[in-house]
Amino acid sequence: MTFSASFLLAGPEVILAVSALALLVWGAFARTAGVVFIGASVAALVAAAAVAVLGPHGRAFDGGLIADQAATFAKVAIYLASAAAIPLGQRWFARRGIERFEYPILVVLAALGMGMMVAAGDLISLYVSLELQSLALYVLAAFRRDDEKSSEAGLKYFVLGALSSGLLLYGSSLIYGFAGSTHFDVIARAAASGAGPGVLFGLVFLICGLAFKVSAAPFHMWTPDVYEGAPTPVVGFFAGAPKLAAMVLLARVLMEGFGGAVDQWRQVLIALALISVAVGAFAGLAQRNLKRLWAYSSIANIGYALVGLAAGGTAGVQSMLLFMILYVIDVTGFFACLAALSRDGRPMETFDDFAGLMRERPRLCLAMTAFCLSAIGLPPFSGFWGKVFVFKAAIAAGFAPAAVVALVGSVVAAFYYLRLIKIMWFDPPPGQTDTPPREAVAVTYASALFAFPAVMIALIALYPWARDAAAALVLR
Amino acid sequence: MLSLITFLPLLGVGAILLTRQFAGPLQEDRDGAARWIALCTTLAVFALSILLVVRFRPSQSGFQFTEEAAWFAGLNYRMGVDGISVLFVLLTAFLMPLCVVASWRSITTRVVEYMIAFLILESLVIGVFCALDLIVFYLFFEGQLIPMFLIIGIWGGANKVYAAFKFFLYTLLGSVLMLAAILAMIGIAHTSSIPALMAYKFSPGSQTWLWLAFFASFAVKLPMWPVHTWLPDAHVEAPTAGSVILAGILLKMGGYGFLRFSLPMFPNASLAFTPLIFALSVIAIIYTSLVAFRQTDMKKLIAYSSVAHMGFVTLGIFSGNLLGEQGAIFQMLSHGVISGALFLCVGVVYDRMHTREIAFYGGIVNRMPIYAAVFLLFTMGNVGLPGTSGFVGEITSLTGTYGASTWSALFAATGVILSAVYALTLYRNVVFGELNNPALAAIGDLERREALIFAPLIIATLVIGLQPGLVFHITEASAQHLVTAYHAATGR
Repeated sequence: MTFSASFLLAGPEVILAVSALALLVWGAFARTAGVVFIGASVAALVAAAAVAVLGPHGRAFDGGLIADQAATFAKVAIYLASAAAIPLGQRWFARRGIERFEYPILVVLAALGMGMMVAAGDLISLYVSLELQSLALYVLAAFRRDDEKSSEAGLKYFVLGALSSGLLLYGSSLIYGFAGSTHFDVIARAAASGAGPGVLFGLVFLICGLAFKVSAAPFHMWTPDVYEGAPTPVVGFFAGAPKLAAMVLLARVLMEGFGGAVDQWRQVLIALALISVAVGAFAGLAQRNLKRLWAYSSIANIGYALVGLAAGGTAGVQSMLLFMILYVIDVTGFFACLAALSRDGRPMETFDDFAGLMRERPRLCLAMTAFCLSAIGLPPFSGFWGKVFVFKAAIAAGFAPAAVVALVGSVVAAFYYLRLIKIMWFDPPPGQTDTPPREAVAVTYASALFAFPAVMIALIALYPWARDAAAALVLR
Repeated sequence: MLSLITFLPLLGVGAILLTRQFAGPLQEDRDGAARWIALCTTLAVFALSILLVVRFRPSQSGFQFTEEAAWFAGLNYRMGVDGISVLFVLLTAFLMPLCVVASWRSITTRVVEYMIAFLILESLVIGVFCALDLIVFYLFFEGQLIPMFLIIGIWGGANKVYAAFKFFLYTLLGSVLMLAAILAMIGIAHTSSIPALMAYKFSPGSQTWLWLAFFASFAVKLPMWPVHTWLPDAHVEAPTAGSVILAGILLKMGGYGFLRFSLPMFPNASLAFTPLIFALSVIAIIYTSLVAFRQTDMKKLIAYSSVAHMGFVTLGIFSGNLLGEQGAIFQMLSHGVISGALFLCVGVVYDRMHTREIAFYGGIVNRMPIYAAVFLLFTMGNVGLPGTSGFVGEITSLTGTYGASTWSALFAATGVILSAVYALTLYRNVVFGELNNPALAAIGDLERREALIFAPLIIATLVIGLQPGLVFHITEASAQHLVTAYHAATGR
């Protein structure tokens, strides 16, 4: 494959890289981010998503970048979620007088990194894309730089993220040393022909590093603090798309690079999954702040996704992809709703703030209720379908006990979601809420309508698409 | 036809939401519109379900009125009813309008939401009885936790939040185990169609686990001793109509589940666990009857008596003979009517006095003679007096049990006496005696609206009590089919 043909395959990445640079120059001269600026950054992301769908498939840059069905599937979700984050965040910052033109650019750069993550075909592009994404997110977390908590969140995220990057790099070097290549397919052959324990050792480091990124317990410590401190729309952004990207990356490493060593990594994943579910369920019970609560909720959800991935095979990967997509939409909607609500200019973040929401803002409350019920996994909301696919794959693969443990964990977690519903529906409101901003309300309603009832129709199309994506990852 | 019955209440919800937009600015107008729309919708559903039962052909044992449409992931939207489920659809549609009328005056806050919750609940409950696909069944079965949680939590009594949480979490825990079993069954049999799974033979080893998982869900729902403790709380705190639905219909989903899933799909495991079921049922009958006797709260007493009566249902179901199955179904239907009526009776005095303490009342026969007569009839039905439907249900399910286990039937029969003890004590303390409490001096008898609620319930109790053949005729072919398949599979 020629170098120029490779660029065709990397179309979405090229679009995003060029637009990020162009936007940077534009911003440097314009100094403010107007509607046109925001529109241009959103358009770049949407265009990248379109190119990802329409573009050719193949392996670019000597296998370093893979454009296949799985990458397309994840890219569309990632780019669209990022596109939603730009107006949400920018308007939120504008209301607080800290609007900066860098925000859309950082989101575009993060999206570029995530898009490369899901397309990574070797250890080099894995590391580079992950770092590109992470660095953009560190800055985003600390975007309210005058706010102590935001700065703390950024610093914490950075230090622990750097640690995980170190683990990742160490694991990669071990794998490279013992397998003799950075390409996943060569590693797979080496692992299959018995490359020795060094490769597996490296794999464990790699899994730990990625577990940091998806915030799977016991590598979750940064999550609650970062979620609490970072600006709300930013949290909505990095609770969703980056997790999807890291999960797809993990799936690609495990399936393409270590498909033969499935028995070795499977136990690690199951352990991570069950610990995550337990931590997410029990630690969530003690939370009063909704952003912290949703941090634990996301830990538990990553646990379920890992159960699906551990099941392996097309069904397992497909269930993980579907679960993550539905989760991304849910979490985006939840944080959009959180960003929409305030009381006397003060953001509503604790349980008590939400008292009596049903009487004051019935529609937003219904949306919030839908997100909670979806997170419990109650039918017919989207979270239920995600769980059905994951646990069906897990049970079919012979992990019934793990599935039962995870399901029981979801009952424990149900308590805190129910508590939120109870406070919103049963308790009297303490005062008036402010008029919610339009863009946040729009994203909230769209996500809530997806959670129910649109999901029941959307799955008719999503299900086979996710199956093709999973097949692209598994059969090679 | 079935989809129309199932989703018609949702149309009513849409209508309520629409009129909310257009109705006058007055809250009262909106509330009134919501009440009338809910009543009309539930009555329309009732009319359709009568049509369903009339057009139902009792001689066939298979599913009728089937509908099928492909969905995603190999799932199908399948609906259909047989002799076991069709009458539960009718029971649901019968009780719902009564609940709406019963809430006419007693619910004054957030009426629109209340009516919407009830209509959604009706839709989901009917869906449970019509679903012929495991996932669709679970969708309906589990979905009704949400409206019920809100009904208890918003319009309930003093301790409503605790009761709502207990109800929700208890049921959810049982249900997720069932979900695991459902997914395992789909994995083993590669189909989620209930008729296909009824014909599928699971290996005895897997049957045990699957049976236990389903048992976890249905035992909580029914409820069986010792997982019944959510029920008294939920009943006591729920508004009157909520209790009626809970006792009248939601509990029956547990029994229906045993009949639809446990017995036909896991016959070997059912047979193996029959002693366990019999033991738990007998304990439930005797223990909860004694507990009921010591209650000071009228609703709680009736709640415990429900647990005891459900003991007869499980005995009948797991007796594995035709009389037992028929008796169990009949007992469920009859209990649906009678316990619903009893909760309404409590609701009548509660609406007037706002207390359910038995000690508060006494001698109200002097002020409310018609009420006393109505209450007496349903108390007798609860005790199982011949002529009422309660008698038929108990005698047939006990006779069926006798065919399977003499001792179980013997101990269970003491429950009939115990039920007379607590029910008649309740009646004496509330209705008879001197009118000592001055607060009761002004209590008024049944209004026309209340009389209108009780009339259909009285008719139903007496008609199926005197003409039980009407019910048995419809259920017989399906019950016979179930028993034949059960015997063939277990080789008994």
